Amino acid sequence: MEHIISVLVENKFGVLARVAGLFSARGYNIESLSVAPTLDPTASMITIVTEGDDRIVEQIIKQLNKVVEVMKVIDLTEAAHLDRETALIKINTNTKLEHRDEAIRICDIFRAKIVDSSPTTYTIEVTGDVGKVEALINLLKPLGIKELIRTGRIAIGREAGKTAARREPQADKA
Amino acid sequence: MKKTGAEIFVESLKQEGVKVIFGIPGGVVLKIFDVLHQQKDIEVILTRHEQGAAHMAEGYAKATGKAGVALVTSGPGMTNIVTGLADAFMDSVPLVAFTGQVSTNLIGNDAFQEADNVGISRPCTKHNVLVKDVNDLARTIKEAFYIATTGRPGPVLVDIPKDVSINKADFKYPDKVNLRGYNPTYEGNKHQIKQAAEEIMKARKPVIYVGGGALFSDAADEILEFAELTQVPVTMTLMGLGSFPGTHPLSMGMLGMHGGYWSNMAMHHADLLIAVGARFDDRVTGKLSDFSPEARVIHIDIDPTSIKKNVHAHIPIVGDVRTVLRQLTVLLRSLDGNVNERRQQLRPWLHQIEEWKRVHPLRYHQDDKVIKPQYVIEKLFEITKNEGIVATDVGQHQMWAAQYFKGSRPRTFITSGGLGTMGFGFPAALGAQKAYPDKLVLCITSEGSFQMNLQELATAAVYKLPVKIVLLNNGFHGMVRQWQDLFYEGRYASSYLGKVPDFIKLADAYGIPGFRALKPAEVEPVIRESVKHKGPVLMDFHVDPFENCYPMIPAGGAQHEMVLEDPPELRKADKGGAAKKKADEGEGILPA
Repeated sequence: MEHIISVLVENKFGVLARVAGLFSARGYNIESLSVAPTLDPTASMITIVTEGDDRIVEQIIKQLNKVVEVMKVIDLTEAAHLDRETALIKINTNTKLEHRDEAIRICDIFRAKIVDSSPTTYTIEVTGDVGKVEALINLLKPLGIKELIRTGRIAIGREAGKTAARREPQADKA
Repeated sequence: MKKTGAEIFVESLKQEGVKVIFGIPGGVVLKIFDVLHQQKDIEVILTRHEQGAAHMAEGYAKATGKAGVALVTSGPGMTNIVTGLADAFMDSVPLVAFTGQVSTNLIGNDAFQEADNVGISRPCTKHNVLVKDVNDLARTIKEAFYIATTGRPGPVLVDIPKDVSINKADFKYPDKVNLRGYNPTYEGNKHQIKQAAEEIMKARKPVIYVGGGALFSDAADEILEFAELTQVPVTMTLMGLGSFPGTHPLSMGMLGMHGGYWSNMAMHHADLLIAVGARFDDRVTGKLSDFSPEARVIHIDIDPTSIKKNVHAHIPIVGDVRTVLRQLTVLLRSLDGNVNERRQQLRPWLHQIEEWKRVHPLRYHQDDKVIKPQYVIEKLFEITKNEGIVATDVGQHQMWAAQYFKGSRPRTFITSGGLGTMGFGFPAALGAQKAYPDKLVLCITSEGSFQMNLQELATAAVYKLPVKIVLLNNGFHGMVRQWQDLFYEGRYASSYLGKVPDFIKLADAYGIPGFRALKPAEVEPVIRESVKHKGPVLMDFHVDPFENCYPMIPAGGAQHEMVLEDPPELRKADKGGAAKKKADEGEGILPA
């Protein structure tokens, strides 16, 4: 199944290679990857989305924990979490006249923004969960997508999820 | 006053208490070697190949428990130690390897003798670092030794560019390390330990299964106390040999692919396995789905990744083996005052193990014509009175050494387990000898393994390292030949080595005396003569080329399905006849 793994690491060269190596060494593909510094500039957060056998992903997570520069690993898959990605989509608007209007209508529905415009193209920025981004892409396809770039997902655990989990055992007792 | 990187390097190593470095110089590390040359606290052993340096550092580390140190140049110097790093990584050997690198401004330019040292070694080191600034050098060295020797030990590589060794910085050796992401767990969880103690009291067919982790944790005394208190029999992996006295009544010796029939049967029928610093390697478990089907598993290991990797652990305890065993023993003592009652309860189980041992002991048949390799090792054990250190290579001789050399002290059986590196034994023996110049060090090897690093005969001769080389010469890659006999209908594809070279003449070329034994009666005199000799010696035993190593769990077989002797078709083939004649003449066996 799909796993979203957050890895807090030292912000140093070579760390990403070590982290990625644990996946490639087992023949596992990384579906998406995002890396950026945290509030503390000496640390970075890596978000990895991967698909694979639970037992092997568990092993990879243990191995990640062993890497000297890795400070924390969380598998967000099981916990309540929010995930988002951003896509930039450049579409053709010169095939049919009504395409420019259609594009604006679709963007409205998805709360996407047109961030660049030329006589023959619009560039659309959208942020959302994977379902939303993919739905938008599918609707824009008939208009003719010239270029598409996605950031890959970032994810964060939900506080509410944690409280809910803590309440459950008490409910059992009652 | 500012110091150069090379001076900082040497001063840092002194602070770490390093006494000896194994290595070979080259362009980018000349400055470091130059500084080493002008001081006396650290000795440099010039090996003949970088692989030799890496294995010597491993041998030194395995014999002492301290980090072994290798220093080699960039490019080929570094790539030549990769096997040593991978070997140390698999067997958790504390090794700190320093590699030279081209100057920082040239990195990535395909400069002369440039290699991506950190990239190449990443998957086979516990940690590795490229030092880009001389100001980081002392701290990096401090961290390297700390990481290599703590937690689950392992190799650490520090890559030092030429300009970093020349540039100057203030030197102050840090007194502690600060690594946010590295905090090995030493103490076991109390709740888990309590559960483990309850399981141990309940068990009627328990086994203690000890791996190499016990040796690096220095837990031999604790294991002895724990086993005697609980009266639970002990079996050891290849890497765990020496952690429990091989001659103790509770010792079952080695388990696994070539382990004793009784120890594998005990594992298979056990109701409780207490795994101590072991990792359930496939050479131990055999077919996983049939592994110890009735057993509950307590798994004590400092490395969480070892736990539940191959075999489910009912009670996982992450922690240092010695610390956890102490905690467990204290708790057990408070729970159980009555050792005699315990003895009564486990008597049927110990009796059953004795019975297995009686029915299928280790055995071989020594006639008066051809030397059996097992006989040589039994004689060695008998004559050296188990006073020395044994280093082995990899293959049949290694398994026989593990079976018949019943070592009883920790760190006296040095071998390449996980990676199975042929060519490991001889340089590792030299490293151990360097650590203990006055001890008897035996290198049990065979002509196949020995030829993979025999250039180190020069190192032995020059530094007068009195290693006794025990060559079990059968003219074959013996273990390969055994598998070809058992699983490939006796087609000896590329396993025949023949009678080259003449090892006595070879040793003579290095000024090392050699003794040869062709008949069983000559074995004992050769050993006695060699052990008496002060310097390095080579013993060339021409042993039965067709002797197979049993018991054996065939690859993929279950632990209780051992092959105990040559199957009938092999016996019928008349090993002493046609096949042997062919081998003697090198006929029909040489490359097909």
